[in-house]
Amino acid sequence: MPTSTRVLFPRMPRGPRQERRYLERPRQQGLLQRAIVEAFRKLDPRLAVANPVMFVVWCGTVLCLALTIEPRLLDAAAGARERGFNALISLTLLATLLFANFAEALAEGRGKAQADALRRTQARTQARRQLPDGSIELVDSSALRRGDVVLVQGGDVIPADGEVIAGVASVDESAITGESAPVLKEAGSDVAGSVTGGTRILSDQLTLRISADPGKGFIDRMIALVEGAERSKTPNEIALTVLLAVLTQVFLIAVATLSPVAGFLQKPPSVVTLVALLVALIPTTIGGLLSAIGIAGMDRVAQFNVIATSGRAVEACGDVNTLVLDKTGTITLGNRLAEEFLPVGGYSSAELAVVAYGASCFDQTPEGRSIVRLAEKLGAALPFEPASASGIDFSARTRMSGSDSADGIEFRKGAVDAIKGFVRSRGGVVPDQLDQCFEQVSRLGGTPLAVCRGAELYGVIYLKDIIKPGIRERFDQLRRMGIRTVMLTGDNPITAGVIAREAGVDDFIAEATPEDKIAVIQQEQKLGKLVAMTGDGSNDAPALAQANVGVAMNSGTQAAKEAANMVDLDSDPTKLIDIVTIGKQLLITRGALTTFSIANDIAKYFAILPALFAGVGLQALNVMRLASPQSAILSAMVFNALIIPALVPLALKGVKFRPLSAEQLLRRNLLVYGAGGVVAPFIGIKLIDLAIGALRLI
Amino acid sequence: MLPWLLAAALLAVVVLTAPVLGRHLYAVFDDRPQPAWDRWLTPLESGLLRWIGETGRPADSPWGYLLPLLISNALFGLVALALLVWQPTWLNPLGFGGLRWDLALHTTLSFLTNTDQQHLIPEQSLGNLAQLGAMQFLMFVSAATGLAVGFAVIRGFSGRPLGNFYRDLLRALSRVLIPASLLLALFLLVSGVPMTLASPLEITTLEGGQQWLPRGPIALFEAIKQLGENGGGFVSANAAHPYENPTLLTNLVSTWAMLIIPAATIDAFGRFVGNRRQSSLLLVLVFGLLIAGAVVAMAAEQAGNPLLSSWISGGNLQGKELRFGTGLTGLYATVTTGTMTGAVNGAIDAAMPLTILTALFNLFLQVVFGGQGTGMAYLLVFALLAVFLTGLMVGRTPEFLGRKVEKAQVVWASLVLLIHPLFVLIPAALTLAGGPSWAGISNPGSHGISQVVYEYASAAANNGSGLEGLGDGTPWWNLSASLSLLGGRYLPIAALVALADGVRRKPALEPSPGTLRTDTGLFTGVTAVVLVILGALTFFPVLALGPIAEALTLAS
Amino acid sequence: MSFTAQLLRGVRVTLVLWLLTVVVITLPMLGLARLVAPEAANGSLLQRDGVVVGSRLIGQRFAAGRYLQGRPAGEPNLAASNPELAARVAAAASRLELAGISRPAPDLLQDSASGVDPHISLEAARQQLPRLARERGLTMGQLQRLLRQSQEGPLAMQAIEPVVNVLRFNLALDQLAAAPASEPPAS
Repeated sequence: MPTSTRVLFPRMPRGPRQERRYLERPRQQGLLQRAIVEAFRKLDPRLAVANPVMFVVWCGTVLCLALTIEPRLLDAAAGARERGFNALISLTLLATLLFANFAEALAEGRGKAQADALRRTQARTQARRQLPDGSIELVDSSALRRGDVVLVQGGDVIPADGEVIAGVASVDESAITGESAPVLKEAGSDVAGSVTGGTRILSDQLTLRISADPGKGFIDRMIALVEGAERSKTPNEIALTVLLAVLTQVFLIAVATLSPVAGFLQKPPSVVTLVALLVALIPTTIGGLLSAIGIAGMDRVAQFNVIATSGRAVEACGDVNTLVLDKTGTITLGNRLAEEFLPVGGYSSAELAVVAYGASCFDQTPEGRSIVRLAEKLGAALPFEPASASGIDFSARTRMSGSDSADGIEFRKGAVDAIKGFVRSRGGVVPDQLDQCFEQVSRLGGTPLAVCRGAELYGVIYLKDIIKPGIRERFDQLRRMGIRTVMLTGDNPITAGVIAREAGVDDFIAEATPEDKIAVIQQEQKLGKLVAMTGDGSNDAPALAQANVGVAMNSGTQAAKEAANMVDLDSDPTKLIDIVTIGKQLLITRGALTTFSIANDIAKYFAILPALFAGVGLQALNVMRLASPQSAILSAMVFNALIIPALVPLALKGVKFRPLSAEQLLRRNLLVYGAGGVVAPFIGIKLIDLAIGALRLI
Repeated sequence: MLPWLLAAALLAVVVLTAPVLGRHLYAVFDDRPQPAWDRWLTPLESGLLRWIGETGRPADSPWGYLLPLLISNALFGLVALALLVWQPTWLNPLGFGGLRWDLALHTTLSFLTNTDQQHLIPEQSLGNLAQLGAMQFLMFVSAATGLAVGFAVIRGFSGRPLGNFYRDLLRALSRVLIPASLLLALFLLVSGVPMTLASPLEITTLEGGQQWLPRGPIALFEAIKQLGENGGGFVSANAAHPYENPTLLTNLVSTWAMLIIPAATIDAFGRFVGNRRQSSLLLVLVFGLLIAGAVVAMAAEQAGNPLLSSWISGGNLQGKELRFGTGLTGLYATVTTGTMTGAVNGAIDAAMPLTILTALFNLFLQVVFGGQGTGMAYLLVFALLAVFLTGLMVGRTPEFLGRKVEKAQVVWASLVLLIHPLFVLIPAALTLAGGPSWAGISNPGSHGISQVVYEYASAAANNGSGLEGLGDGTPWWNLSASLSLLGGRYLPIAALVALADGVRRKPALEPSPGTLRTDTGLFTGVTAVVLVILGALTFFPVLALGPIAEALTLAS
Repeated sequence: MSFTAQLLRGVRVTLVLWLLTVVVITLPMLGLARLVAPEAANGSLLQRDGVVVGSRLIGQRFAAGRYLQGRPAGEPNLAASNPELAARVAAAASRLELAGISRPAPDLLQDSASGVDPHISLEAARQQLPRLARERGLTMGQLQRLLRQSQEGPLAMQAIEPVVNVLRFNLALDQLAAAPASEPPAS
C-alpha cells in the first residue's frame, strides 16, 4: 500500500532565474520585404472578411476612396474641395489596414521561415523496407506506412518516425533540437527507443518500426504548427473576437444613427467624417493585432524548442493550477550517488562495502556504478569472480537487484523493506539498528538501500539525491503565479518529505506507482483544477493523456509523445514553467491591448465630436484645442493608424509577464494599458495635430 | 442643507434595511425555513400550484423557464388589453370609452414590461376597473416576473438549478410584493393618499370654477407602483400629484420604496453565492453610481437656471412641487431612472440639462439598481464582462464566482449590450428624421433630441419616465415605442436566463492564489469603469448632442 | 409537455393572479381605509356649509385679487433652455410687478409640476399680504396670524420648507372676512 503524505510549506525567498539555452533560429533575410508584400496581398476582400473589425475598416476605406474620386456621390451639395480631405482620410484608412495586415504577415513570416528550414530536412530518401519474409526492398520514404519495418545504417537519414526494435546507434538530432551532440538510440529503452524522421544516423545500424504515416510525422506537425497553416483560434481568442465584433456592431449603429440625429440640429456631418468616427471608435488596435498575437505566441513556444499540438494547449497552459512533476530528472538530477555506507549488526564499513560491491557489480545504472566507485574508494574488492557469477536485474515487483556468485551466495541490495523480506525469507534476523539507519538516511533526504549477503543484513547505502540548482526559485515563481506543484516519487515518505521541503514544492506523493499519477491528476481535476504534467516513460502515456496539459520529453517513448499535447525537444521538464509563462503572456497581451484599444476611444471622442458638431455648441469639448475640425479628425485617424505599427513589437514579443499575484498583475496592467490607453491618445493626437498644422496639410 | 441631510438619511435607511429584506428574499427564493408570519402561506401556495397543474420542479433548460414566462406574460397582456379596448361601464362612473387600439396596445405592453410609460392621461381615460384590473394587475405580475427572472439568474450564477417560473412568480407575489405593498399602502393611506371606489368628484372652487378631484383606489396602486419599480401614475402628474404623494414624508418613503427591493436583491445575491463581501462591494458600486448621479442632479437643480437669473435667484422650481423642493426632486429623478421605476415627482422635461444627463445615463446603464430583478442580472452581466477583460489581463481564462467565463457567456453578455443601440438609437434616428412635428417635439434645439432619445431609452430600459412635453400619443410613437418595450424586456430576459443556465452547468473551481478575486475594491472599481465605458460610451454622441450641448448652451 | 397543456396552465395562472392582485387584496384594503383613515381615503375633502369646496391636498386656481394666489399652473414641461420659458417668466414677473410685487418669489414665476400644487412659499404669501389687506380691509396682523395657522412645513414632514396651504388660507380668509361685523379682530 503506498502511503501518501501531504505537506504544505511556507513561501521561500526569490532567487535568480536560471539561465537557459535557446535554439538559434534560422534568420531569414527579407522577412520584412515578404511581410510588406503579404500586407498588400491580404487586402483581398476574401481574406479581409475573416476579421470583422478590420473588415469594417476595409469597407470604410472603399467608401472613402469612392468619395475621393466623386465627392458628390452621396451628397449632391458636397463641394469638390472636400476631395483633398477625403483623400487624406482614405489614405490613413488604407494605412490602418496595411499596418494590421503587416503585423499579421510579420508574425506569420517568422513561422514560415522556420518551416522552410524544417522542410529542408524532409528531403525524400530511399528506405530499406523489410518484408515479412525477411527480404529487403528499396522504397521511397513517402511510401512508408505505419507498422512497416525498415533498416537504417550509419549515414542514412531516418525516413520516418519510428521505434527502435533492434540495434544500438548514435543519432544526430540537431535538425530538430539544435543540439549537436549525438544521441544514443537503442531498442527496449523507454528513454532512447524512438527516432524522428529527418534526423541522421551516424554509425551502426537500427531496425525501426515506422510509427507515423507520411505527412503525419513529427516534423510535419512541427511545420504545420510554426507555419500557422492549421491555426485554429483558441477558446479565449474566439470569445474576445465575439466581444470585439459586438462592440463594432454597437458602434456601427451609434455612428449610422448619428446622421439623422445630428441632422435635426444642423447640416448632417459628411459620410467621410462619419466613417472616420466609426473607424476611430471600433477597436481597430486589438482587431488589427489579434491574430498576430496568437501566431507570435505559438512562435515563441517553438523558439523554446517545444512543439505544441494546438494553440489551445498553449493557452490552457496559462490556466494550469497544478503541476505534477516527477522527482527524478525534474526536481533532482537524474542520478543519485552513493554517499556513505552505514553498517549494522556489528559489521564494519569495509565489510559492508565489499558486500555492496558484490551486489552492484552487474548494475550498470548510475546509482550502481557510484556504489562501486565508493566501495573501491574504501579499498573494497569484489568478493567473487565476476565471470562465473550472474547478475539479478532490478524489477518493480522485487524492488531489489544483485548478484549470485558461482558458489550460490546471494548478494542483494534494494528497498529496505524488500531486503528485510528477503532476509527473513532466508531465515535471517533483521537488526533493530536497521530502522535507525533507514530513518537517518531518509531525514537527510537520501534514499536508503539495504544490503544483504544471503540471510545476513550488512547495512544501508546512503544514496544522495541532488536537487537541481535554481529549481527552488522556479517553484517560488510558480507559487506566486498561483500554481501548485506536486512531486511524485517512488521514495519513502520521509525522504520524499525532505526533498520536497528542500526543493520547495507544495505537495508530494511518496511511494507513488504509475497508477498514482493518474489518480492524483483525476483528484485535482475533480476539484476543478487544470493539471499539467511532464513524463517520458511509456507508462506515463495514460497520465499524459489524462492531464489537461501533458508535456512529453523528446527522449521519451513514442507512446508518451503521442499521448501528450506538447513535446519538449530538449527533454527539459522544467521548461513547463516557460510554457506556462507564454500561455499567460498570450492572454495578457490580448487583454492589455483590448483595454488599451477601448480606453483610446475617450480621447478620440473628444477629438472628433466637437469637430463633427461645431454648429451645436460643443466647442467646449475640444479640450485638446485642436486647430480645426478637419485637422482634428485627421489627427485622430492618423493616431489610430500609427498606433498599430507602434504596438507590433509588443504584440510579437508579448507583454512581459511578471510572476506576481493576480491582484498585483491587474493593478499594474490596468495602470499601464488602461490609464495609459486613456492618456496616450490625448498626447498623440495633439502632437499629430501640431504636425499637421506645421506641414500645412489642411 | 436639509435636502442633503434627508437624502443622506434616506440612503442610510436603505443600507440598513436592505439586509433585512435581503435575508427574507434569500429565504423565499432559496426555500429556506420561512419566518412564522408567512408560514401559513405554504399550503395555500402548494394548493394553488397543484390547481394550476404545476409540479414546482425546477426547469432543466433555459427554455423550461422561459416558455411559461412568455405564455403567462402573453396571457396577462391579453387580459389587460381586453379591459382597455372594451372598457366596461362597471366601476367606470365617468363612462370612459375603450382606448384606440394603438394606445391600448402601447399601454398594455408598457405595463406588462414593467415600464409603465404612459401616452395617455389616465384620469381622463381610465375607469377604476381598468386601473385595477389592467394597470394594477400588470404592475403586480410584471414586478413578480422581473423578480423571478432576477433570482433565476442569481441561482444560475450560484450553481443552482434555475427554478420553476410559476412557483417563483407566486412566491414573489405572496411573500414579497403583496405583503410589502399592503404595508406601504397602509402608510400612504394614513398620510393622506385616497383609497376609495367612489367616483372622482367635481367640485366648485372658491372662485366658482370647476375642478375634478381624481380620487380612487390610489394607496395600493401607489404602493406597488413604487415597490415594483413600475412607475405608472394613477393620475398623469404621477407622484407630483398631491393625491399620489401628498407630503415630504410620503415622498421620502416612496423614494425608499423604489430602492429597497433592488438593494435587497443584491444583498440576497451575496447570500446565494455565500460571499456577502461580494454583494456588499456590488452594493457599494451601485450606491456610488447612484450618489454620484444624485449629487449632480441635486446640485444642478439647486443651482437653478442661468437663463432666468434676471428674475429668479435660487433653484429651478419650474415643473416642481414646492413641498419637495429642488434638491429632493433631483434625487427622485436620479432614483426613479436608476431603479427603472419611472415615477416622477416633478417634470424631468423642465429639469436642468445635467439632471437629464444623469437620468439618461442611468437609463443607458440599467444597473444603478436597475429593474426589479433584472437590474441585478444586468449587474452580473457587466461584472462578467469586467471579469473577462481583467481575467485576460492577469493571464488566465477568466473566472467569475468560481466558474469559467467562456465563449457562450461572452456571446450572451454581448447580446445584452446590443439591445440598447438597436431599440433606442435606431428608432430615435428614424423619428428625428421625420422632423420636429412628426416627432412631437415640444422644446427647440438640443432638448428636442433629448426628448426623443429619452422616450425610447425609457421604453427599452423599461423605465417609463419621460420628457413629457413630447407629443407621444400618435400611432407612430405608440407602435415604435411598443417595439422598444418588447425588445428591451424579453430579449434580455431570454439572454440572461440562457447565460445563467450556461454558467450553472460549469464545474465550480476552487479559488487559487492565481485566481483574480472579484470581491475586492480593485475589481469593483474596474467593474464600475467597464460599466461606464461599455454602457455609456456608445451613447456619448447622442448625449453630447442632447443634454451636454444643452448644458453648454445654458452655461455660455 | 404539450403546448396546449402549457397554455392551460397559463390561463389558470392568469385567473388566479388576476383575482389575487385585483380583488383579494384590494377589497380588504378598501375596507381598512374606511376604518383607519376615512377622511384621507375619501380624498381629504374640505367642506363649507356642508358643501365640498375642495381637497386639503389639492391646490385651486385663484385669480382674484381678494384671494391669496397659488403657483402658476401652465406648462410644467418647458425645458430650461426653451426661450418660451424665459418669456413666460418675464411676463409673469412684470404682471406681478404691476400688481405691486417688485421682485416676486420664484415659486410665483415657475409652474408647478402637478398644476395643483397646494402650497406657496412663505415669501410668496407675504408678498401678497399688502394686496389682501387692501382688498379685504384687514390688518397685516390679522393676515400674519392667518398665515401662521395655515402654514405647513418640515417639522411635520409635510414640506421641505415652511409653506402656506393656499386653499386653507383662503378658506380661513373668507371666514375672517365674513366674521368682522360680529366679532372684532383680536389684537
